[in-house]
Amino acid sequence: MSNPVQEAAEIFAVQKVGAYFQFTVIAPGIAAGFRPGHFVAVGVGGENTSMILRRAFALYGATQSDTFAGTVTFVVAEHGAGTQWLVKRQVGERLDLVGPLGNPFPKPSGPAPAVLVGGGYGTAPLIPLAAELIAAGSPVEIILGAASEDRLFGELAAKRLVGSVTVTTDDGSAGAKGRVTDALPAAIERINAEVVYACGPMAMLKVVGDIARAHAIHAQVAVEESMACGIGVCMTCVLPVRGDDGKSRFVRSCVDGPVFDADKVRWDDVGRLPWDLVGADAMGGGH
Amino acid sequence: MTDMTARLGPLTLPNPVLTASGCAAAGRELHQFFDVSELGAVVTKSIMLRPRSGRPTPRMAETPSGMLNSIGLQGPGIDSFLANDLAWLAEHGARTVVSIAGGHTDEYVELAHKLAGNPAVSAIEVNISCPNVESRGQVFACDASASSRVIGAVRRAADPRQPVFAKLSPDVTDITHIARACADAGADGFSLINTLLGMVIDTDTMQPVLGGTTGGLSGPAIRPVAVRCVWQVNKALPHLPILGMGGIRSGLDALQFILAGASAVSVGTAVFGDPMAPVRVLVELEAALAERGFASLADAVGHAHRDPASRPVPAAEAAAITYGASQ
Repeated sequence: MSNPVQEAAEIFAVQKVGAYFQFTVIAPGIAAGFRPGHFVAVGVGGENTSMILRRAFALYGATQSDTFAGTVTFVVAEHGAGTQWLVKRQVGERLDLVGPLGNPFPKPSGPAPAVLVGGGYGTAPLIPLAAELIAAGSPVEIILGAASEDRLFGELAAKRLVGSVTVTTDDGSAGAKGRVTDALPAAIERINAEVVYACGPMAMLKVVGDIARAHAIHAQVAVEESMACGIGVCMTCVLPVRGDDGKSRFVRSCVDGPVFDADKVRWDDVGRLPWDLVGADAMGGGH
Repeated sequence: MTDMTARLGPLTLPNPVLTASGCAAAGRELHQFFDVSELGAVVTKSIMLRPRSGRPTPRMAETPSGMLNSIGLQGPGIDSFLANDLAWLAEHGARTVVSIAGGHTDEYVELAHKLAGNPAVSAIEVNISCPNVESRGQVFACDASASSRVIGAVRRAADPRQPVFAKLSPDVTDITHIARACADAGADGFSLINTLLGMVIDTDTMQPVLGGTTGGLSGPAIRPVAVRCVWQVNKALPHLPILGMGGIRSGLDALQFILAGASAVSVGTAVFGDPMAPVRVLVELEAALAERGFASLADAVGHAHRDPASRPVPAAEAAAITYGASQ
């Protein structure tokens, strides 16, 4: 794992992409350690802001320093006060970034057919992953889905990489009407996939895991859990995950994830305290 | 150069900036950003006897200039803590204040026994903001006699070389009343303050946001409450040292606590937004003391309680006076 660094990153470009904003910032230290699946934690609101917590975004890519300083790119969806502040930033302004954070997607040791499934801007970390898998000789299928056309992300970039992509929208405004996971079984079968990679909402990831299991293959999924720190100290972003010893624990999605083997996550127990979790018997209060 | 040595009763630290319990885990993660031995000390996440899962998510809600947390003291238990976390801290030269928590007095006592004789323990901070199992879940820190029982028992059980600090809750009618009870029970000092109990309701789901319903409020929002508590306890019990905390994110924030009577400070929630916050606060505090003409941190402790006429002569002014005299 590469050590995270904190950088005052100058905004090099901001692009509106459908409903999203794509930021490219100059952050050579973060770019140097980048692997697909990493994320950054971005300070919002400026100095003396009342918004004291960072916002986490998966990295869409990085360029390494050569003649010019390295950059990283991430995608922002506007929904709360913090992201509303962020999307108003202009080229030349600086953002406070910590990264690269989390564990990247594990990759097969040799060429292996893979299906990549992105929900909304969850496609962002999958594009650089697809590029690396293809470079390693793996056949890759990409499925993108969203609620509506404007919430799709990365269709063009995906097409450039793999030629044709499958698109689904809940409302049918682009591609096939339905869920992104509806197209997954056929895609797995078409290329005899050995692994599925996914990033998107928790409910989607659970279904991706179910479908992969039904095909007796692994799914490596990146979760989008809310976090306070992103660096492993606050313990707010936990998920119930089965360990190699068979015992389940609350583990941090920031430093133990955000990429998990879908089969190890107890999706139905997210947001609950299962009785058999290690240490659940000791719960009696305190904060 | 300002002498930044911090004296917390029997405990002397090279500088007065510590982490706050629950905001730095056991130091390892922050060590990626700065050397943990540069801090006055690392205050660990509260440790309990047995492994604890903590509460279900959501565990966090951002609030104006603050946040609510409802972690539920997730942790590995004392044995794993001693073997892994405390050993790691010692290896990396960090001074360590171990925060302990329990559901009844016996648990605190057993924790103190487990820490006895361990040279890696600089002090024990007793987190008494836990529900007392024997008193229908009433929080120890909200009841003077329960607080006194726990602190007295820990003081008796603990290694005499390990100072015992009582971490008090601000959610009480009169914090000096609880502080006095802890002082009488043998507390070597106080950590002020723990979080305030708060709650947020999601207006879409119309249900509490946190999995644990209520949570602890921290961050700059609580700073004035914390400064007030430090002020009141220092006034009531000036002979006992205070480790001040609550919403510190700059050197000037830290200075408020020092002036109110704290001998050292913990930087907590600020770490979530800025992992470098503790070392930055230290640099800023040292500069702020020097600018105000304090030769040492110790000279500034409790200064706000003293007559304004005793104000030290700021460096710039002193230079001007010298210059004037030479004319």
